[in-house]
Amino acid sequence: MGIEIEQPCVELSNVAVSETHGENSPYFAGWKAYDENPYDEFTNPSGVIQMGLAENQVSFDLIEKYLEEHPEEASTWGNGASGFRENALFQDYHGLKTFRTAMASFMEQVRGGRAKFDPQRIVLTAGATAANELLTFILANPGDALLVPTPYYPGFDRDLRWRTGVNIVPINCDSSNNFQITPEALEASYKDAEAMNFKVRGVLITNPSNPLGITIPREVLEEILDFVTRKNIHLVSDEIYSGSVFSSSEFTSVAEILEARENRNAERVHIVYSLSKDLGLPGFRVGTIYSYNDKVVTTARRMSSFTLISSQTQHLLASMLSDERFTESYMETNRERLRKRYQMIIEGLRSAGIECLNGNAGLFCWMNMSPLLEKPTREGELELWNTILLQVKLNISPGSSCHCSEPGWFRVCFANMSEHTLEIALQRIRDFMARIRTETETESA
Amino acid sequence: MSLRKAGQDSHGQDSSYFLGWQEYEKNPYHPIQNPMGIIQMGLAENQLSFDLLKLWLRRNPDIVGLKKNGASLFRELALFQDYHGLPALKNELVEFMEKTRGSEMKFAPEKLVLTAGATPANEILVFCLADPGEAFILPTPYYPGFNRDLKWRTGVEIVPMQCSSSNGFRITSSALEQAYQQAQKMNLNVKGVLVTNPSNPLGITMTRSELNHLVDFAIHKNIHIVSDEIYSGTVFASPKFVSITGVLKERNSDNNIWNRIHIVYSLSKDLGIPGFRVGMIYSNNERVVSAATKMSSFGLVSSQTQYLVANLLMDKKFTSKYMEETQRRLKRRKEMLVCGLRNAGIQCLKSNAGLFCWVDMRHLLTSATFEAEKELWIKILYHVGLNISPGSSFHCCEPGWFRLCFANMSEDTLKVAMQRMKAFTHSTTFLLKAS
Repeated sequence: MGIEIEQPCVELSNVAVSETHGENSPYFAGWKAYDENPYDEFTNPSGVIQMGLAENQVSFDLIEKYLEEHPEEASTWGNGASGFRENALFQDYHGLKTFRTAMASFMEQVRGGRAKFDPQRIVLTAGATAANELLTFILANPGDALLVPTPYYPGFDRDLRWRTGVNIVPINCDSSNNFQITPEALEASYKDAEAMNFKVRGVLITNPSNPLGITIPREVLEEILDFVTRKNIHLVSDEIYSGSVFSSSEFTSVAEILEARENRNAERVHIVYSLSKDLGLPGFRVGTIYSYNDKVVTTARRMSSFTLISSQTQHLLASMLSDERFTESYMETNRERLRKRYQMIIEGLRSAGIECLNGNAGLFCWMNMSPLLEKPTREGELELWNTILLQVKLNISPGSSCHCSEPGWFRVCFANMSEHTLEIALQRIRDFMARIRTETETESA
Repeated sequence: MSLRKAGQDSHGQDSSYFLGWQEYEKNPYHPIQNPMGIIQMGLAENQLSFDLLKLWLRRNPDIVGLKKNGASLFRELALFQDYHGLPALKNELVEFMEKTRGSEMKFAPEKLVLTAGATPANEILVFCLADPGEAFILPTPYYPGFNRDLKWRTGVEIVPMQCSSSNGFRITSSALEQAYQQAQKMNLNVKGVLVTNPSNPLGITMTRSELNHLVDFAIHKNIHIVSDEIYSGTVFASPKFVSITGVLKERNSDNNIWNRIHIVYSLSKDLGIPGFRVGMIYSNNERVVSAATKMSSFGLVSSQTQYLVANLLMDKKFTSKYMEETQRRLKRRKEMLVCGLRNAGIQCLKSNAGLFCWVDMRHLLTSATFEAEKELWIKILYHVGLNISPGSSFHCCEPGWFRLCFANMSEDTLKVAMQRMKAFTHSTTFLLKAS
């Protein structure tokens, strides 16, 4: 990390020196290998292909086209920079009204109009990372616990636990039922938390799931909602991938269920969203918390002072997001392109003899390589992961970094590269699998 | 369901600092539409130089449109979420910071951490330097927002170090020591001192002597110093700004103390762009930089904004002229305020920086108490129609001081405010004499 400081120095905080930021996990180690030897079609065709980055790069052209076609509306402050002053001064944590309203209507559109969102309940944050941490600060005390179904996004270890001092207790899901959350698993997780003397404050789900790439079925959401109501705890639904469902009708948001229940017990439910995945704008830092709880909205709003969205960015996106003709057409095209990519990778993997979980959303697929493990253990999985990284030159994410209880599953991203690069990656996998088959045949001969 | 953070009042939202704003929102002054409305003098914003910025924007439409040499950078920027920040921006920022400090020393871009404003920068440093229940010493009077920024989510305490008008509110070794003893009595482990230099609300830059006392103290107690230098670009008169790093350099200090100095900065005051959320931490301590960089994930600067600001700062001719002109305008405004108040029989602390003056209204109090200060504040808010900030909201230990901002309104509005003040004090003095 740098020069060692020889003399004893004054301590930093426990938070600063802890490893809870989680950056020493393989999830991040693979990124380093990629950074050192990144694939490039022309300059480095044998480099590492990054398949560990859940980014959506398939629909930029649509947004760029919109911005070209609406220079006055969409360009910041227009030609005379007339609105610049107001915009530059605007740091109200309520957010730009036009932008907040646009986000609410966009969220409605993503859900096919099946749920209504009140702009007054929208709290803006610089990304979903901030939104999840903020909610954890509000809903739980240090030492308390949130229940999170496995496998889950590795970043949660940092986002939910690091500075908050809150614990994550896993809700174990496995392949026996396609990793669905069951009432038994919920209860077991709650009991685990109790056994560790943690006060459970809520359940946090990601729907559609990262890394599974599937939407949570309506019945399961109902069960989860009943569970949190029975236990009198919160439910945070991170719906960051809601716009990446290949077919809109297959996604049920917890918002829809609440509406069907006439918002009974809604004050325990909070939704997180962001434009990083659906619109492919992670650099702009646009996240939101939607809460049905007035006190949470007020507190979250005040806390958002630590993580406001640049007013310049709010201004740029406000008109685009409230242009319903654009957003409808964008969503449709984006979904279709993601679906096609998904088909491509699934078929490619199948032809190489690898099966994936039957997914319907997201920017990645959940790949089953357990038959290839030397040992059906975490170590065995990491060995395989290392082989794939160094020999096949693909950075994919091992299931253990997502806290998956079964070794051998990997998350493979498909939307952060060109179709051509994806084809190369699939070819490498086919060659790798062919080599393994030959070796196995030679051994058994 | 209990919501701990929701229940706590440490966000400080209910102090008079914010109540005055609420009253202003209900009845804001406008020269034509609402000439009897309340004039906002509680907002430390720099609105004096937007004309210059707008000129620059008009001349650089490409930058605003996220283009470079005609080619769109949209995709690249939209994807850029590296918490190390845009290298071009960091290079420009360190140069900018160097210039403000008289180019006395070089800053390294890899020691800079970008955050969405100074608000998270301060909070991140406290997270890194102190555990819940530990404490930071802050000289009073201090910015009310610190109660939220430093304490709310971190669980860290603030131990105030009382400064008084007897010596121009300067930091002394004995005051530092006293605060430290106070902390010991309360069983609080002090991890550092946080100073704002130039000071909000005082509008003065710290002297070399004060800075040296501070460094002596930090060396002796083996603690950190956080120097919030957010107003460093608003120094409009002598003495020139002296940064804590400058003082350390002079002392030829060893590595030990260098690793315990951390600077917070932001473009919100100097460039007048608080909405864009551009803040930063500068630290020599590699572990702090490493931890703070990871923590910045919770509040990154929008890549769109990083690109704009990097290019703005790259235009050295422009920024140089901008800073010079802004400081000239600030000086003129301050003098207008000081003059106007003098006409009303009110003195100000002699200041050389900031967007506000620290005003002495002790002689207008019916008694030397905070109740009387509050009464006076309310009278000025509702009867004079000025939202000014009472010293108690800055934790000042002497009642009767107020902070008045001068850079967030037009010259004409400031004139109206001064006329109202004059009318008020004349009638008040009359009444005070008569009683």
